[in-house]
Amino acid sequence: MASDKDMKLIEDGTRLDGRDFDELRDISIKAGVLKRADGSAYLEWGKNKIMAAVYGPREMHPRHAQETTKAVVRARYNMAAFSVPDRKRPGPDRRSIEISKLVSEALEKVVFTEKYPRSVIDVFVEVLQASAGTRCGGLTAASVALADAGIPMSDLVASCASGKIEGQVVLDLGKNEDNYGQADVPVGYIPRTGEICLLQMDGNLTEEEYEEAMDMTIDACKEIYEIQKEALKEKYSTELEEANLDEVIKEA
Amino acid sequence: MKEILSKITKDYLHRMVKEGKRIDDRDMLEYRDIEIKAGEIEPAEGSARVRLGDTDVYVGTKMEVGEPFPDTPNSGVLTTSAELIPMASPEYEAGPPGEDATELARVVDRGVREGDVVNTTELCIEEGEKVWVLFIDIHVLDYDGNLFDAAGMGVMAALLDSMVPASRFEEAEKEEDYPLPVDHVVVPATFTKIKDQILLDSQLEEEKIADARLTVSLNENDEIVAMQKGLRGVFDYESTKECIRKAKSICEQNRQKVLDAVGRENI
Repeated sequence: MASDKDMKLIEDGTRLDGRDFDELRDISIKAGVLKRADGSAYLEWGKNKIMAAVYGPREMHPRHAQETTKAVVRARYNMAAFSVPDRKRPGPDRRSIEISKLVSEALEKVVFTEKYPRSVIDVFVEVLQASAGTRCGGLTAASVALADAGIPMSDLVASCASGKIEGQVVLDLGKNEDNYGQADVPVGYIPRTGEICLLQMDGNLTEEEYEEAMDMTIDACKEIYEIQKEALKEKYSTELEEANLDEVIKEA
Repeated sequence: MKEILSKITKDYLHRMVKEGKRIDDRDMLEYRDIEIKAGEIEPAEGSARVRLGDTDVYVGTKMEVGEPFPDTPNSGVLTTSAELIPMASPEYEAGPPGEDATELARVVDRGVREGDVVNTTELCIEEGEKVWVLFIDIHVLDYDGNLFDAAGMGVMAALLDSMVPASRFEEAEKEEDYPLPVDHVVVPATFTKIKDQILLDSQLEEEKIADARLTVSLNENDEIVAMQKGLRGVFDYESTKECIRKAKSICEQNRQKVLDAVGRENI
């Protein structure tokens, strides 16, 4: 990981954006924001702006990719050309191919894929504005989109990263912290079982630092899980109220 | 994967159009709600999000220093691309832009280019050597018809919102960022022909049964700067004239919406 001595990341015990070491950036999620998609979610996480959409279960193309006993969860992570300071050339690159694979695998763990043999559940993650932590944001939004699409799942996946800056373990790296920090550990977490369905790490950490980072991340994922559930409740509880109201009127 | 519209839906839509009605109760020449927000994307030089009914389009511009084309040594370079990503519709597939995306990008590009919207001469840094290259990227998130107008207005708003990032480039002629030199405000109006009816701003189902489509792009002096007829059907000469006549007041309104979104009264 690139380390730059010139970039001061901690001053007087606080981070550049004024956060505590174990503090998340602001996160907001809205479920069901797209019309065409079967399920969708829009997430803002610090300066990240990410849209996730789900199509399916639908017929798997190409045929040879079908699984006879279960559905395939196929995620596609993509960054808009204008999402970063230097224009990103449209289309998949090695980084986004890897992230797509990891997100697919992480989500497959919570989806009851055996219910839909030979089909595919397409998950699209579009990063509109990127500011560190887009894979975690994408995974977090994608699980809300899956739930919004009515896909049977054992749980949502909450995702977040921790890392190290200037020798200090911190939660949820911001952009400069990501660029000039010493380590980054993105994690996907299944709150109900405590399982980890995504884990990467780059940089340099001691065992103690790793544990410190993971403890922070897991606590944060539980926080994120609540935000995810709130997003779903917000969409579906209002619809339920309206539906009930109609019934009441009908009965009257 | 082309989506199929059932025959019963088609018949129903045709019948409605024949009676001069639309599924969402709009008048033939009425837009759905248009919402334009500029400056939504920070890393972009300029950006806009347009919602036209349920159609949802983001446009972002990026600039860098590059070489001019040999035949235009003293003008900046303009590139427009569109991505119809699979998120936006079950019909779209991942991969390089197909013909629909290419047509969309080219029609919007033509309005900007032929309308001399951007003063490309001012984007020249050193004749024959260094010029500003302007990328316009159209990103469709939700496709519910009429991408041409949504993208066209989005591009115009994004251009008006753009700052030339001179401070980021050592080769730049100035040290501070400055607004992109924009000379004209060009916006499109897209008409759809179904049987003998002409509709404005068709939504998805209407677009699916459309015979022909006509996009007319006008500048602030009511001059036509670009046109495009699309789909297999035809327009007769009279109806093209009628479309252009109608486009004037329609584009006037669209232009106003774009200017409002960037907080300007004029360019």
